[in-house]
Amino acid sequence: MENQRRIRVLVGKVGLDGHDRGAKVIAQALRDAGMEVIYTGLRQTPAQIVEAALQEDVQVIGISILSGAHNHLLPKITELLAAEGAEDIPVIAGGVIPYEDRTFLEKSGVRRIFSPGTATTEIVRFVRELARQG
Amino acid sequence: MEESGEGIAKDKETWEKRHFRGGKNTERQETFRTDSDLSIARVYTPSDLEGMEYARDLGFPGEYPYTRGVRPNMYRGRFWTMRQYAGFGTAEETNSRFKYLLEQGQTGLSVAFDLVTQIGYDSDHPLAEGEVGKVGVAIDSLADMEVLFAGIPLDKVSTSMTINAPAAVLLAMYVALAEKRGIGQEKLAGTIQNDILKEYMARGTYIFPPAPSMRLITDAFQYCAENLPNWNTISISGYHIREAGATAVQEVAFTLADGIAYVQAAVDSGLKVDDFAPRLSFFFGAHANFFEEIAKFRAARRIWAKIMRERFGAVDAKSLMLRFHTQTAGSTLTAQQPEVNTVRVAFQALSAVLGGTQSLHTNAWDEALALPTESSALLALRTQQVIAHELGVADSVDPLAGSYLLEKLTNDLEEEVWRYLAKIDELGGAVRAIELGFQQKEIQASAYRYQMDIEQGNKVVVGVNKFAGEEVPPQGLWQTDPRVENDQKEKLALLKKGRNPAVVQAHLEQLRRAAAGEENLVPPMIAAVRDYVTLGEICGILREVFGSYEKDSFVRA
Repeated sequence: MENQRRIRVLVGKVGLDGHDRGAKVIAQALRDAGMEVIYTGLRQTPAQIVEAALQEDVQVIGISILSGAHNHLLPKITELLAAEGAEDIPVIAGGVIPYEDRTFLEKSGVRRIFSPGTATTEIVRFVRELARQG
Repeated sequence: MEESGEGIAKDKETWEKRHFRGGKNTERQETFRTDSDLSIARVYTPSDLEGMEYARDLGFPGEYPYTRGVRPNMYRGRFWTMRQYAGFGTAEETNSRFKYLLEQGQTGLSVAFDLVTQIGYDSDHPLAEGEVGKVGVAIDSLADMEVLFAGIPLDKVSTSMTINAPAAVLLAMYVALAEKRGIGQEKLAGTIQNDILKEYMARGTYIFPPAPSMRLITDAFQYCAENLPNWNTISISGYHIREAGATAVQEVAFTLADGIAYVQAAVDSGLKVDDFAPRLSFFFGAHANFFEEIAKFRAARRIWAKIMRERFGAVDAKSLMLRFHTQTAGSTLTAQQPEVNTVRVAFQALSAVLGGTQSLHTNAWDEALALPTESSALLALRTQQVIAHELGVADSVDPLAGSYLLEKLTNDLEEEVWRYLAKIDELGGAVRAIELGFQQKEIQASAYRYQMDIEQGNKVVVGVNKFAGEEVPPQGLWQTDPRVENDQKEKLALLKKGRNPAVVQAHLEQLRRAAAGEENLVPPMIAAVRDYVTLGEICGILREVFGSYEKDSFVRA
């Protein structure tokens, strides 16, 4: 029965960034793919993201960030998840994130960075895969 | 000699039969449509412009309804202002980029502030962590402004500041800075964006709820009407609405609806329309669908002129003119094969020039990946200089007027925009419609449709869903110096230590009283920033009095 549960995803905007076009398009695409999506709205702190993820019992966290603060904010999220013993909830991210920063972010526990122009179908596929593993 | 439109329409039918019946001359697509989903015909003829009157609908440049441009000679007099949006790191770094761009022939400044500044915090606020100096320059106090504009003649260069919720505070700092240098505020030329409605709708850097935000905006209108005759008190912006996913029609409609709301608010606060309307300015994006973009700029001018004359009874010619800045579309830049962005930017910039823009920012090719480097920013500026000096497109005013296609598209766009304006009026105006989420839903639906069109191949983006190749990550992209945040915090700590706390406190109490009452907030802000009261302190007091805008968050779907 467990694998028939709808996949639950948190789509989050972290930090002061106000660009929410990408986050909303992804949220809608995941929803159209049959998932249950919680969109946080703008200006969430890493702690608020983690709290929401735990409260909503999501299987995947997707963060959109175009402000350049990714190297600071994304590792904060993975750290806080680990502190809550929830490091098994995978974090993925997209936005304006230079290639040079990917290795660092992946080392800090971010599972995948998607670049602008990625098809939503590819993201849907990856989220399904993560949910299945989890 | 005028041929009858009816005759031509009939001839066109015969022509269609002759050439297209029975599967002859098949076409690439069943239908052709613009980004706004307006239908594009196989060929346009005078019959498409039936009922159009030259004097009424186009007129001459510099005259009502300004379809052909706001100046009688447009670029034959002088080119548009080449104004590249720039800002990063500390004031020192941004100051040297400004000087570099001016040396390279840029003709106006445009300041990008970091998000911390835009949301009214100081660099030492907990929410500022990781954000200081990232998307723009960090400004905490007048001390930073002194460095930002060091060596730049404020009485000779016009400065545009992309600042909204705390726009009045940055204006106050600019005035105080000029005053320190002995330059009268009446000599200052520039723009504050000061457009809060599109922040709620699309851009996200709001602080206060709508009512006190509208008051801050009209306070700036009034202060500038009395003291800064050459200052654009607002830049009513469609750019970000478009970037958030709106179509060209929605961009113009939602922007002009915001414009109506600002004019109404100012009139309601007791200002006379012709006292402030000449200093309203606009800001649009230039996207890829070439003819629709040119038609968009022309339609926007015509509609605004009608609104100002017919709805608000403005009589000063300057009140009727929609003057605008244009930026090429950031959202059309691709991370894949990024060099191709240079080509996109050039065509988009050309559409803005053919549409009669007053100033222009051209994006750099690397902006889907990072902030521009000095060399990519230079190439972007050079693109404008090529358009201005080499193509000859600036030598005659509104050169595409009279094109059957362009005039038809201009008419069609106008009609669709009026439809939206009527709808927004019906909902109770732009502010109410935003509270109801009307524009946001429309924008989001368009953004999603656009994305699906790309994914389903209905729309081609070169290098993304067609002609894609192996990705080679570009080298040498911009990196913000990681020391910026600490440096800025140290500077701020030093500044705060050097002030007289009693003086700071007195200013803040004065501001609190003014905010709670009805007096214009700009003069006490100028007095406060003069004594180095910080942006975060001023906005902090205003937050206490006005409250904060809480958008609906945590939407379950």
